[in-house]
Amino acid sequence: MSTRHPLHLNRRQIIRGILATTAFGVSSRLWTGCTPNTPPSATTPATPTNSASTGAVKPITMGFIYVGPKDDYGYNQAHALGKEGVSKLPWVKTVEQANVPETTEVQEAMRNMIEQDGATVLFPTSFGYFDPHILKLAQEYPEVQFFHCGGLYVDGKHPKNVGSYYGYIDEAQYIAGIVAAHTTKTGKLGFVAAKPIPQLIRNINSFTLGARSVNPKITTQVIFTGDWSLPVKEAEAANSMIDQGVDVLTCHVDSPKVVMETAEKRGVFCSGYHANQAILAPKGYITGAEWDWTNVYSRYAEMIRDGKTLMNGGISHLVRGGLKDGFCKLSNYGSVVGEAAKKDADAAKAKFIDGSMVIYKGELKDNTGKTVVASAKEYKQEDPELEKMNWLVEGVLGSATS
Amino acid sequence: MIFTEKWRTTLEKICIPIAALAVSLVIFGVFCAAAGANPFAVYASIYKAAFGSWFSFQNTLIRAAPLMLASLCTALPARLGLVIIGNEGAIVIGGLSAVAAGLSVQGAGPFVVQLAMALAGIVSGGVWIAAVGALRHYRGVNETISSLLLNYIAIALLNHMVGGPMRDPTSLNKPSSYPIPDADMLGNIPGTRVHFGLIYGIIACLIAYFLIQRTTFGFAARTVGGNIRAAKIAGLPVGKLTLIICFLAGSCAGLAGMVEVAAVHGRANESLNASYGYSSILVAFIARQNPVAAVFVSIILGGILASGGILQRAHQLPDATVLVFQGIVFLVILFSESLYGRLAIFKEGVKPQMPGQNLKPQT
Amino acid sequence: MATESIGWWGVPLAIAAGTIRGSAPFLFVSLGECLTEKSGKINLGLEGTLLMGAMSAYAISYLSSSNGIPTWLAPWLGVFTAGVAGMLLGTIHGWLSQQPKVNDVAVGIAMIIFGSGIAFFFGKAFIQPVAPQLPAFELGNWSDIPSIKAALKISPLFLIGVAIAPIMQWFFKSTRWGLYIRAVGDSPEAAKAMGISVYKVRMFSIIAGSFLAGIGGAYLSLYYPGSWSERISSGQGLMAVALVIFARWNPVQCLYAALLFGGAQAIGPALQSVGVNSYYYLFNASPYIFTLAIMIITCSPKRTLSGSPGALGTEN
Repeated sequence: MSTRHPLHLNRRQIIRGILATTAFGVSSRLWTGCTPNTPPSATTPATPTNSASTGAVKPITMGFIYVGPKDDYGYNQAHALGKEGVSKLPWVKTVEQANVPETTEVQEAMRNMIEQDGATVLFPTSFGYFDPHILKLAQEYPEVQFFHCGGLYVDGKHPKNVGSYYGYIDEAQYIAGIVAAHTTKTGKLGFVAAKPIPQLIRNINSFTLGARSVNPKITTQVIFTGDWSLPVKEAEAANSMIDQGVDVLTCHVDSPKVVMETAEKRGVFCSGYHANQAILAPKGYITGAEWDWTNVYSRYAEMIRDGKTLMNGGISHLVRGGLKDGFCKLSNYGSVVGEAAKKDADAAKAKFIDGSMVIYKGELKDNTGKTVVASAKEYKQEDPELEKMNWLVEGVLGSATS
Repeated sequence: MIFTEKWRTTLEKICIPIAALAVSLVIFGVFCAAAGANPFAVYASIYKAAFGSWFSFQNTLIRAAPLMLASLCTALPARLGLVIIGNEGAIVIGGLSAVAAGLSVQGAGPFVVQLAMALAGIVSGGVWIAAVGALRHYRGVNETISSLLLNYIAIALLNHMVGGPMRDPTSLNKPSSYPIPDADMLGNIPGTRVHFGLIYGIIACLIAYFLIQRTTFGFAARTVGGNIRAAKIAGLPVGKLTLIICFLAGSCAGLAGMVEVAAVHGRANESLNASYGYSSILVAFIARQNPVAAVFVSIILGGILASGGILQRAHQLPDATVLVFQGIVFLVILFSESLYGRLAIFKEGVKPQMPGQNLKPQT
Repeated sequence: MATESIGWWGVPLAIAAGTIRGSAPFLFVSLGECLTEKSGKINLGLEGTLLMGAMSAYAISYLSSSNGIPTWLAPWLGVFTAGVAGMLLGTIHGWLSQQPKVNDVAVGIAMIIFGSGIAFFFGKAFIQPVAPQLPAFELGNWSDIPSIKAALKISPLFLIGVAIAPIMQWFFKSTRWGLYIRAVGDSPEAAKAMGISVYKVRMFSIIAGSFLAGIGGAYLSLYYPGSWSERISSGQGLMAVALVIFARWNPVQCLYAALLFGGAQAIGPALQSVGVNSYYYLFNASPYIFTLAIMIITCSPKRTLSGSPGALGTEN
C-alpha cells in the first residue's frame, strides 16, 4: 500500500486545489457590503460595540466539526470547503475534525478544540450536534461562541453564546425546478430524499412549486431512503423512479454522487445539490443548488475581528440568507438547458435577488387536498413557520410520514 | 486469585499485553511515518490526548463508560460457549424502552423516573438477548448470526419509532422522541464531567466477575461452557442457565443504552446507534471474557478513541487514521493471546490449573 | 397515479431489475464466506474486505486509465487488484485466526475495523475522481420499453458469479481439494489423520474466500452503484455471513439467497415509487427479519443443520 503513497498525496492536493479554486475562489467578494439577513423576530441592536482596530489583531481560532468524511461531494464537503476558504484569511487560524458522531464524542471534540487549540469560535456543522451537545458546552464555556448550522435559536431558552445560521437553499431549488420543468419530456420529476424533516421537505416543495410555476401539470415523485447515506438504496430509488417515467432527478442526501451518476447512466437529466456535481453527469446535468459557506464563514470572521460577538449583540443569533445574501448559488446551466428555461430561471433569480419573490403564498394545497397556506396569506422566506414544514405540496407524489 | 499463582505466570499476564501494545504502537508509528507524519510527535499527541492530564483522561473515561457495560453482553454468554454479537441491538432497544418508560412516569420525581428507565432498559435488553439464547437452546439457531440480525432489526425499530409513533413533533430536523426533563437526567460524577455510567459499568463488571468466578451458579455456567454433554449428564439445567446468562448479558447492554439516553442524549434518536456495540465485542474478547479485565481494556480503547481527534487536528491525518490504529492494536493483541504459555521465559516448573483460572471458554 | 408509465407493473420489474443489479456483491461475498466456513472458520471481516476491494478497484481503475491504460482494460485491472487486496487481508485473517487461543469471530471484527480503516485512509483521494466503469451486456435490446432495457443490462461480473456457484458446488462434491476442505471443516482430527494439513487448507479457503469478497467490492464501486464512498457497502459484508447460513453452506443456494437479498433491497424504493409510503424503515429491514424467520423455522436442536461444517465455531 505504502508504495502508492506519494502519488496519493499529490493527487489529493491537486484535487483539493482545483475544487477550492473553481468552486470557491471567487466567492469571498460576494458578501462585501451586504448585511446579514436578520429576521424581525430576532432583531438585535445593530450598533457595533468596541470596534477593534483591524490592523493588529491576534488570530481568531475557529474550529469546524463535521459528522461525516469531508470529501463526500455533499454536505460535509460544502462545509469543509467553506473552512478552506475562510482559512485563507491571514488573521484566521482553523482546526477541523471529521467523522464525529452526535454523541459525547462531539462534546469532547469541542472541548478539546477550546482547551487544547484555543478555539474561541466553533462551527459544529451537523444538525444533530445542537441539542444537547452544543447547548451543554455553551453553558460551560460562556466566552466561546458556538455557531450552529440549521438550528433554531430561541431567545431566552438557549445560551447567549449560541447562534445559528442556515441558508434558504430552497430558493436555488425553486429555480432548479423551473429549469427541470422546461427540460422534462414526461412531466415527471424525481426527488431522492433521506428523511422527512422540514429542511428537506421544504426543498421538495420549493423544487415542485418552481416546476409547477412553469407547467402546473408536473408532478414530483419522492422516495425516502431512510438515512443520510445509503448508496445502494439511493441508486435503487433513482432506478425505480426512472422506470416509472421520471426524467429529471434531484436529491437531498449527504452525498449526491450516486444519484447523479445513476441518472447519467440511465440517460436522464439531473440537478445537483450541496456542491457542484457537473463533472459527474456531463450530459444530463441541468443545474444544481449549491452552498457557499466560504462566504458565510468569512463574514462571521470579519464581524468577530471587528469585536462583534453574539454576547454583546454585535452578531445576530439567527442568521439566515438565500441567493441574495450569497448563502447559496446555482450551478452553471448544463448544455441541454434551453433558452426559454434560462430566461425563466434568470427572471426568478432576479426576483429573489431584489426580494420580490415569495415562494409560499396562498392559496397552497398539500397533496392530500388540504389547504396549508390560506389565500392571500404569504410566508416570507424568513418566516419561522416554514422551518416547521411537515406537508408536501400538491403535485408531490409521496408522504412525509415514516 | 491472581496472587495464588506463581509469579512467572503473573508476570506473563502483565508483560504480554504491554509488549503487544508496544509492538502495535511501533507498527502504527511506521504507518504514520509512511503517511508523512512524525511518529514520535504522534505518540506524544496520543499520550497527551488520552492520558496526559486529568482533563484528557476524563475524555478517555467518557468513551470507556458505555464499553464496559456493553462488553458484558459478549463476555457473559462466552462462559457458556456462546458467541453473541448483539450488543448494538440490545443497547438500542434498552435505550428506546428506557425513554418510553421514563416518559410514561414523567413527573414522579427524578428517582422514580430513573429507576423506571433503568428497569425498562435492563428488562428489554435482557429479553432481547434472552431471545437469542432461547432460539439457540430450543431451536438450535446459531446465536452469532441471530444476534447480528437482531442488531439490524433493532435499529430499524428505533428509526421507525422515533420517526413515527414516538416522534416529538417539535423535533424538527432530527426525528426524536419526546425529551426526558433535565431534572430527571442522570448527572455527572461530582467533580468530573464523566457520567454515572462509568460507575454502573465498573459495578456491573465486578458483580459479573463475582457471579461467574465465586458462585455455584457461575461454576455451573462454566461447566456448561466447558462441556455441554457432560453438564447435561450431570443434571445441570442447561436451558435455564442459558436463558439467565443471556438475560443478564442483554440487561447490561440494555442498561448501557439507558445510560446513553439518561445521561447524554435525553431522548431517543438515531444517535443511540453509535456503534459502541461493535467496539464492545472486541473489548470482551481482548479481555479474554474476564469482566474485570474488560474494565481496563475499555479504558485503553477509550484512550485510543480519545486520541482520534488530535490526530486530525494536530497532524492533519485523515479521520480514518484512528480506525487503522484501532485495527492494528486489536490484531496485535489478539495475536498476543496465542503467546500465553508458549514463551519459555514465563514457563513454571508445573503449571497450576485451577478451575477458575481457565478464562477461555472451552468449546 | 402513474398514468402512462408502467405503474404497478413497475414493482415486480423494479424488484427483478434490482435483483439483477444489486445481488452480485451478496453473491461474491457469500460464496467467499461459504468457502471459508466450509473449512471450519468464520470470517466476519469480509465487510472490511468488501470495502477494501471497492476502494482498491476504484483507485486502480482511475489511476490506470489516467496513466494511459485503455478504458476497457482499466476497470478489469481494478477488479483484479480488488481480488489481490482481498487476498492480502485474507492472509492476515487466515494466519491470525489459526493461532492457538485466538477466536475467529474476534479476529473478524478486528479485521472489519482494520480493513475499513485502511480502505478509508487510502480511499480519501479517490472519492472525488470518476473512474471508468465495467461494461455491461445489453440483453434487453429486443424491447422498446426503456425500463426493461435497463433492467436487462447485465454485468459480466454478475454472470461470472452465477457461474462460480455451481462450479464451487461441483468442486466441493467431486474434487479431491473439495473433499479436503470438507474434511477439515467437518472433523479436523480425521483430516489430520488423513495426512491433510489443516492449517494450509484453511489458509487456502480463507484467502480464496477473501479474493471473492474483494471482487464483490469491485462490483460495488465499478458497476453498481458504481462509485466509491465510505458508506458504499452499508453492511452488506456482514449480511452475507448470515446469508451463508441461510443457504446452508451450499453454493448454489447461496446464489438463490443472494438473488433474494438483492431483490429485497429494491422492495422499499419500488413500493414508494408507486405510492406505498409508510413503514419504509421496516421494509428496509425486511431481509433481516426474513432471514431470522427462516432460520427459526428451519433449524432444529435435535440435529445440526445439514451441510453445517462440524468444526465451525469451535476452537481450532
